[in-house]
Amino acid sequence: MATMQLKAAATKPQPAEEAFGVELRDVTRRFRSSRSGDVVALRGLDLSAADGEVLAVVGPSGCGKSTLLELLAGLGDPDEGSVTARGITSREGRLAACAYMPQRDLLLPWRNALANAALALEVQGVPAAAARRRALPLFQRFGLAEFAGALPAELSGGMRQRVAFLRTLLAGRPVLLLDEPFGALDSITRAAMQEWLAEALAAEPRTVVLVTHDVREALYLGDRVAVLSPRPGRLVAELGVPFERPRPRRKTVTDPAFAALEERALQALETAPQP
Amino acid sequence: MNGVRRTLPPALLVAAGVAAWQGVASLAAVDDLTLASPMETVAALADDLPLLLDGALVTLVEVVLGLGLAVAVGAVAAVGMHLVRPLRRAAYPVLVASQAIPVVVLAPLFVLAFDYGLAPKLAIVALICFFPVTVNLLDGLRSVEPDLLKLMRSLGASRLATLRRVELPAALPSFFSGLRVAATVSVIGAVFGEWAGADEGLGRLVLLANNQLQTPRVYAGIVLLTLMAVGLFLLAGLAERLAVPWKRSEAARP
Repeated sequence: MATMQLKAAATKPQPAEEAFGVELRDVTRRFRSSRSGDVVALRGLDLSAADGEVLAVVGPSGCGKSTLLELLAGLGDPDEGSVTARGITSREGRLAACAYMPQRDLLLPWRNALANAALALEVQGVPAAAARRRALPLFQRFGLAEFAGALPAELSGGMRQRVAFLRTLLAGRPVLLLDEPFGALDSITRAAMQEWLAEALAAEPRTVVLVTHDVREALYLGDRVAVLSPRPGRLVAELGVPFERPRPRRKTVTDPAFAALEERALQALETAPQP
Repeated sequence: MNGVRRTLPPALLVAAGVAAWQGVASLAAVDDLTLASPMETVAALADDLPLLLDGALVTLVEVVLGLGLAVAVGAVAAVGMHLVRPLRRAAYPVLVASQAIPVVVLAPLFVLAFDYGLAPKLAIVALICFFPVTVNLLDGLRSVEPDLLKLMRSLGASRLATLRRVELPAALPSFFSGLRVAATVSVIGAVFGEWAGADEGLGRLVLLANNQLQTPRVYAGIVLLTLMAVGLFLLAGLAERLAVPWKRSEAARP
């Protein structure tokens, strides 16, 4: 937990001497709601991911998982506590350090797959043609080359999600924040996508915070799994996953040690304090 | 096949309407000055074609230029109101209120202000068309999902980059809905403009023919004005199909 020492980093960038990951310290986030008073999405949450680590966060629906990612992504600030990415606490710093992949693919329907992924480069000032040239090798490497020219409407849900992931990679940030990336997919596509993502992350190592409500997905993809309580979200359990990544899916999920971890995670979810 | 299925019902309806019109006009009780029959209208169209076409050309120029002006001003206004929230808050109610003023009463005032000639007609057509264009474009710009805007922010996109790459393309279908409405009402604006004071144009020709009790010519003029509005509507639809090709492939999605 080397990231702990960076707590006092305030707004200044730190020299890269320690493992830079992401960290939330005692974070509380409220939303004003005129009807029911304040809604507390997160309360006193401590969470961190070390550099190069895949942290999977599971919790019931509405436990503030998306809020957690938005805070890390620099799309908002906590009401209390501090959020740090790569040693930087300022919102601008977090924006620059993290690439955020929302739950839905949000591909632009008028751009083909390649142009959609290249958008991440274009908005950084790379000319459109050059952005596409730079995106193409990634499509080839991840087996999407034949779909590069297809419009999103012509792609399956799994394909669209892959393109959205490549767009996230092309943003060129050291930290990836994945919000239920496969939440909308059927279970067969989902399993294939988990394997694909595991391999992609092995090929392109990043610090990852993956939010999901699927315990098995969290255990299969994560180095560590954090279990959150229902809203207001707080940490109720943390499990290390002692398997090398990338993991052969069937062999892993049928391993007794994996099943035991799954049992522990489910138990933690069930016994979490209700609001 | 699809085309026939789409065009056949309205064609039948129009045919039935024309037949009924011919029937009523042929009644002994209906005098030729009150109502010209379709046959008389077609005859007038044939006889007065050069005259009518000259007028139609003048009116078409008024309509197209006025529409162009409305699109240009409306696009600037909509983007401005979209980007600057205080401007939107201030201008939106004024925009709506401006639509409550009947154009019919404004037309003579515009003629007073801008003199006879093209200018007052342009102003009236533009005034009528400005509202649907601006409001639809503004709605389109604002209809982009918040999640998509969040994604753009996270990718480090500037406000203008988001406008150009996401919001403007996303607003195109909505803009074209506004343009189709504007295209149909634009002809009405030009006719009002000509009625308030003009020495050429199809609207003026219709008014003149009406005063001179040349009823078939009035009907022939109305037919041409209608065709003009319908033609502009179809052109706007065609432009949309060219500018928004992805809407079709989305619709074709299984």
